Amino acid sequence: MNPRVHAIRLALRRGWIEFRQSFTSPQDLWNYFGFSLVFLFVLMFQRPFLDGADMPGIAGTSLSYLAVTVPGVVAMLLVTGSVLSTAQFLTAEREDGTLLRAKAMPRGMTGYMGGKVLCVSAMTLLSMLVFLVPSILVFDGLPSGDTSGLLVLLWSVPLGILATMPLGAILGSLLPSPRAAMGVTVLPLMVVCLISGVFFPIDVMPEAVQVLAQVFPVYWLAMSMRSAFLPDALASVEIGESWRHLEAAGVLGAWAVAGLLIAPFVLRRMARRESGAVVEQRRHKAMQRVA
Amino acid sequence: MTVADETRVATHSPRSADTEVTLDVRGLRMRYGQVDVLDGVDLTARRGEVVALLGPNGVGKTTTIEILEGFRMRSAGEVSVLGVDPAHGDEDWRSRLGIVLQSWRDHGKWKVGELLAHMGGYYQPHSTPLRPRPRDVTELLARVGLSEHAEKRVNSLSGGQRRRLDVAIGIVGRPELLFLDEPTAGFDPEARREFHDVVHNLADFEDTTILLSTHDLDEAEKLADRILILAGGRIVAEGSPDELARRVSRESEVHWSIDGERYVHATSDVTGFVRGLFAEYGDDVADLDIRRATLEDTYMTLVQRHESGEADDIDTTSFEEE
Repeated sequence: MNPRVHAIRLALRRGWIEFRQSFTSPQDLWNYFGFSLVFLFVLMFQRPFLDGADMPGIAGTSLSYLAVTVPGVVAMLLVTGSVLSTAQFLTAEREDGTLLRAKAMPRGMTGYMGGKVLCVSAMTLLSMLVFLVPSILVFDGLPSGDTSGLLVLLWSVPLGILATMPLGAILGSLLPSPRAAMGVTVLPLMVVCLISGVFFPIDVMPEAVQVLAQVFPVYWLAMSMRSAFLPDALASVEIGESWRHLEAAGVLGAWAVAGLLIAPFVLRRMARRESGAVVEQRRHKAMQRVA
Repeated sequence: MTVADETRVATHSPRSADTEVTLDVRGLRMRYGQVDVLDGVDLTARRGEVVALLGPNGVGKTTTIEILEGFRMRSAGEVSVLGVDPAHGDEDWRSRLGIVLQSWRDHGKWKVGELLAHMGGYYQPHSTPLRPRPRDVTELLARVGLSEHAEKRVNSLSGGQRRRLDVAIGIVGRPELLFLDEPTAGFDPEARREFHDVVHNLADFEDTTILLSTHDLDEAEKLADRILILAGGRIVAEGSPDELARRVSRESEVHWSIDGERYVHATSDVTGFVRGLFAEYGDDVADLDIRRATLEDTYMTLVQRHESGEADDIDTTSFEEE
């Protein structure tokens, strides 16, 4: 039996078990789907005012301003899911001793990390669907019905996860607690989403901000999603007035490569420092906080 | 249970010296900043031996065990665990160890049986004809008394049940060497006795070497073939429970009364003193009682000296001779 193949099989099983367990925990469900539900609610609340047959469409299409924001929010859900959930799980499970337990097993870390990547990826995809499916049902003309859109999804979603999840792993390794992970990560993430043209067209931003936004994966992922779901006529409102797929793949790919190079190093350093005494200290702190 | 205990007492003497050494530590030092937590610890354990590391909280027991587990780097000293330096132990080496952690709430959503089966899976590639790995989950659950909880979630277990699950996870890979860090913290007496049976079985029938840390003297006495008392960063006393008790104080107290008046005399030659007593007073001697220093006396003396800051002045020679 090849031990490496065996470890991957265990990771798959672990991912599957944790995926199933997520549905039995209200806390987990809220962590994963909270953003989806909030944005879905906001969207549905605004629809009577901003979407309808009597509203003017954007760029000569029948799609309202509101409908056009849907793909961007889907992109944002992908990023928040894969960065926040990963960072939160890593810090929480470092605190509760799950990681140390994995460290005590032969190839336990491979099983743990592999399982976590699978579980978080699957739940992130689901959180996107929780928002996307009702939106598609409600807005006419979404998606545009182009099969090439599906193709774009097939490469941009996995690449988007690869570009952002290592970032979550790095943050989760460096930050001391789940509270810190939430506190430090949420705000910058929201700012990046805001300047990346998720909620409104990026061309309302000053040029310098537009340039900055294009450094981060969110803009490119959102643009790819728009290209997948919206009619090609809407490419005219993008920067460069076209779907820049090559550039999107390039930037997301660069983030993925950088993340996958740095994350294992940071993770290994974090895992090396785990010990019973450290877990005990953290437990003590957490207990004090509760008390 | 009582039978097992009696046979155990009989085997308390150290085993023959030619048995395989599974644990060999020499001059182990651990320094944090300016403080030496461990200041030259020596210890060895042979195959199938149960060794207890006894000492008050915060004395460096956990640090010692974590260095041996490969979880922590040492400052100095030679360490060999199953023939390997834990600083460079690979996955195959890890598969031969069992580690019972002081957990608190990990894997809470998992079902007991499911978690045990999953954890056992990691040991499967390391199975050998002599040590088939992992253990059968059903059997293991029965052994630690968790059979009826197999389908329960881990976070619904009581503290004692949770601890027994920790032990089960620690031995699911049929380890050659098992580390138990404060294993019975939070156990009720019944659970404690059952746990002791599990440990005895592991050592006696599966030749598992066990190193356990505890601050509970009673536990060390019941479980261990050999007790090492850790104080002031060093092993200050070592031996079987009986040996330790005898070494610490060669003097015993003789209590008696004559005509209702009570007397006490401390002596290292009890037999000679009592013979003299009877020769002089004969039938007038009543209420004769000879009290040998117990292990608890020994331990308490050591701990008190350590805690009052005299740790460095402990006269170790009195323990090392004989």
